[in-house]
Amino acid sequence: MTDRHATPHDAHAEHAHDDHAHGHDDHGNDHASHGTRGSYLKGFFLSVLLTAVPFWAVMTGAFKDPSTAALVIMLFAVLQIIVHMIYFLHMNTKSENGWTMMALIFTIILVVITLSGSIWVMYHMNTNMMPMQAAVDM
Amino acid sequence: MSSVSLKKDGLDEKGEPLSFYQLEEHHHPEGSSTMLGFWMYLMSDCLIFAVLFAAYGVLGSSYAGGPTPKEIFELPLVAVNTAMLLFSSITYGFAMLSMEEGRQRIMQMWLAFTGLFGLCFLSIEMYEFATLIHEGAGPTRSAFLSSFFTLVGTHGLHVTMGFIWLVTLMVQVQKHGLIAANKRRLMCLSMFWHFLDVIWIGVFTFVYLMGSLR
Repeated sequence: MTDRHATPHDAHAEHAHDDHAHGHDDHGNDHASHGTRGSYLKGFFLSVLLTAVPFWAVMTGAFKDPSTAALVIMLFAVLQIIVHMIYFLHMNTKSENGWTMMALIFTIILVVITLSGSIWVMYHMNTNMMPMQAAVDM
Repeated sequence: MSSVSLKKDGLDEKGEPLSFYQLEEHHHPEGSSTMLGFWMYLMSDCLIFAVLFAAYGVLGSSYAGGPTPKEIFELPLVAVNTAMLLFSSITYGFAMLSMEEGRQRIMQMWLAFTGLFGLCFLSIEMYEFATLIHEGAGPTRSAFLSSFFTLVGTHGLHVTMGFIWLVTLMVQVQKHGLIAANKRRLMCLSMFWHFLDVIWIGVFTFVYLMGSLR
């Protein structure tokens, strides 16, 4: 029998063997990127810091201008999300042959379109809307 | 297949009939695609939250003469809540490390701590919701409060599901030990739990902190 016409059982056995030899990483079954105690602690302290600063800034009113404060705490949120992605969710460009990263990038694009689009469109709708009193007066 | 030369009789060099398709499905080891599939689920869950955030972003300033965020949000309580979720994330991380080392009892202990912190988070959130509703700032009061309760409530529902899942897995591990299937489930829950923490970053930033700035 040539290997092209091997029985399904043989094919399974061969493949299983093959996977152990080199194919395991390709399937992402070998979760080497699990982090260490050190990396978890590092991520934890970073996220504590990135949480504490915005809370402190808002609770003490450290920023006089609300829009500056909003920008700063948004920046901290983005940084903290990146920290969580790297240290807790173990995101990298190599896991699952890069498909997790692809899915993440696609999702981020959709999230940005959804959020900025909705807020942008609805803000203009609201400002262009006829005031209730004017509608009553007509 | 590229070197196969076509012959008139439809046989290749070895005299086998030519086939232009794979007879056997490509074999995957059991559970090999679970992690990627679960990641896809998390990404689609992310879109659910994106829509709820967008709804809050649009409706968040429609108070209908009712209370404003500044009047009803208690930031110290939210800070404690955030701490609970952060602690539960690090204890889950330690549980995963113990799992890798194959130390089941220590892993179970860390999982118990994770569940405890999760329960604290949920209790504080329930207390906050109960207080708000009692003060007359329930979800029916204004568009702002409707979108607030929907967004934060959906997150809370996810944490509740995560907690139930956590308890289920602790029982599973106690019964069957750290078998490959249980390890895979624990990894999925790990992603789920950390993902919920990421969503919470968005919640406390956009809802609570920015609400208190207005």
